[in-house]
Amino acid sequence: MLEVTGLRVAYGGIHAVKSITFHINEGEMVALIGANGAGKTSTLKAIARVLDAAGGDVHFAGEDITRLPAHEVLGRGIALVPEGRGVFPRLTVAENLMMGAYIRHDRAEIARDMEQVYDHFPRLREREGQLAGTLSGGEQQMLAIGRALMGRPKLLLLDEPSMGLAPLMVQKIFAVIQAVAAQGMTILLVEQNARLALEVSQRAYVMESGGISHTGNSAELLTDARVRAAYLGE
Amino acid sequence: METFLQQLINGIVQGSMYALVALGYTMVYGIMGLINFAHGEVVMIGTMVAITVLGLLAALGVPMGLAAVLALLAAMLACMGLGWSLERIAYRPLRNAPRLTPLITAIGMSIILQNLAMMIWSRNYLSFPPIIEKVSYEVAGAHFSNVQVLIVVLAALSMAGLLLLIYRTRLGMAMRATSQNLPVARLMGVNVNRVIAAAFIIGSAMGALAGFMVGAYYEIAHYQMGFMLGLKAFTAAVLGGIGNLGGAMLGGLLLGIIEALGAGYIGDLTGGFLGSHYQDIFAFVVLIGVLMFRPSGLFGEKTGERA
Ligand SMILES: Nc1ncnc2c1ncn2[C@@H]1O[C@H](COP(=O)(O)OP(=O)(O)O)[C@@H](O)[C@H]1O
Ligand SMILES: [Mg+2]
Repeated sequence: MLEVTGLRVAYGGIHAVKSITFHINEGEMVALIGANGAGKTSTLKAIARVLDAAGGDVHFAGEDITRLPAHEVLGRGIALVPEGRGVFPRLTVAENLMMGAYIRHDRAEIARDMEQVYDHFPRLREREGQLAGTLSGGEQQMLAIGRALMGRPKLLLLDEPSMGLAPLMVQKIFAVIQAVAAQGMTILLVEQNARLALEVSQRAYVMESGGISHTGNSAELLTDARVRAAYLGE
Repeated sequence: METFLQQLINGIVQGSMYALVALGYTMVYGIMGLINFAHGEVVMIGTMVAITVLGLLAALGVPMGLAAVLALLAAMLACMGLGWSLERIAYRPLRNAPRLTPLITAIGMSIILQNLAMMIWSRNYLSFPPIIEKVSYEVAGAHFSNVQVLIVVLAALSMAGLLLLIYRTRLGMAMRATSQNLPVARLMGVNVNRVIAAAFIIGSAMGALAGFMVGAYYEIAHYQMGFMLGLKAFTAAVLGGIGNLGGAMLGGLLLGIIEALGAGYIGDLTGGFLGSHYQDIFAFVVLIGVLMFRPSGLFGEKTGERA
C-alpha cells in the first residue's frame, strides 16, 4: 500500500534520513522504532509532504506522491497525527474534529464519524465545546487521533502517541489504536517506547542515525538480543 | 463636558475607520506573522479609485447615491486585486525567507505604491466630492452629522460580517486553524495559499471601505495619506494585541477616542503651549507605551507567540 524507496531527508547540510526503503501492506500495523534523533519524525513528515524529500520516492496505492502538495495528501488517504499532537489550541474540541473532516462535504457522514470518535474517546464528548488548548496532554492526543480519523484515511501515521503521557492514559490510547487497527486501518506507528510498539504491531523497522538497521516480525524483534540490548533496556 | 462629548463622538467616528484598517494588519499578521506595511497605501488607493470613479460617473450624469455605491464597489474590487497581487508577487516568494526580508519588502511596496499613486493622481490634494447632503444634529451641546452616523453604522455592520465569516464559515475556520498551526492545517487538507490570499483580499476590502469613508469624511485625499493612517491603524492593532480580531476593533476605537480627547484637551493640558494639531503624538505615545509595558497588547494572549 505504501512503498518508500531510497527516501532521503536533509535539513540544510544535516542528513536526517539517509536513503531508507520500506513498505507497508494494506491492513498492517507496522512499527518504526529507534532512539531520539534517529530520523523517524522526518520520515513521517516527508511521507505526509510537510517536508520535501531530498531524494527517493514515495508511492501510495500505486501512485507516486513524492511531489504532491501537502494539502492533497489527506485526500489521497494518508493522515498524520504529528509529534506533539498539533491540536488547534483556540478551536474547540468539536471544531478541531471538524477541521479533520475539512476536505469532506458529506455532512451526515461527518456527524456519524464524529459520534464514533466520541464513542472511542468519551472524554472528548464531555469536552466538546472546550478550547483544545485547555485539554490535558492525553486528551489532546485523543483529539489529534480523533481528528485524523475524521478524514477517513486509509493509512494512519502516528508519531509517538505515548509521548509524555501517564501509563494509564497510554493504555487507553493504545486500546483505541488497536481497535481502529482491528477495523482494518493500515497504521504506521512511530514510537520511542519500543516494547509497546513491538507488542501491538505485526512488523517493525528499527531506525538508527538516519538508516534502517533491523527489520522483521515484531514478535521476533522482541526476542532479538541486539534489539533487546539497544531498545528494550535489557 | 461639551468638549468631552463632542470629542468622544469624533473619536468613535475616527476610531471606526482605524478599526477597519487595523483589521487588515491583524488578519495578515495572525496568519503569516507579517506586518504588511503597504496596507496603508492600499487604503489610500481605495480613496483615489473612489474619487476617480465618482468623477467619471458624475460626468456621465449618474445620480450621486448610485455613483457612491458603484465607486465604493470599484474601490473594494481594486483594493482586493491589489492586496491579492501584493501577496502573490511580493510576499509569497519570501514565505520561507528570514523575517526581516518580507518586512523590508513591505516597506518597499509601500513606497512603490505611493509613487505609483503620485504618478496617476498627481502630488496635489484631491477633493472628494460630497456624496450625500450633510445634515447636522445636536445632542447636549455636541454636534454630529449623518455622514458620521453612516460611517459608524457601516463600520459596525462590516465588522459584524467579518466576525460571522471568521467564526461561522468553513473558510473562517480554516483561517483560524491556519493562524494557529499552519503546517497542521495543511495536513488537514487546507490549501494555505488560498487562506493567506483570502486574508489579504478580505483585509483589503475592509481597507477600501475605510479609504472611502476617510475620503467622504475629510473630503480630501493625497497620495501620502496612507502613511499616517496606516501607522495609526497599525498602532491600533498593536494596542488591541496584533493577530487578534476583536483586539483590532477595540484598539481602533480606543485609539480614535484617545486621540480625539487628547486633541480636545491638549491646549488646556499644556497651558496653550501645544495646539490640537499635535494630536498625532497621542497615537505614538500609545504605541511606545504599549510596546514598552504590554507588547502583547490589551487582548493579546501571550507575548512573542509569532516572534
Ligand atoms: N527542523 C530541523 N532542523 C534541523 N535539524 C533537524 C530538524 N528537525 C530534526 N532535525 C535533525 O534531524 C535528525 C532526525 O530528527 P527526527 O526526524 O526528529 O528524529 P526522531 O523523530 O527519530 O527523534 C536529528 O538529528 C535532528 O536533530
Ligand atoms: Mg520524533
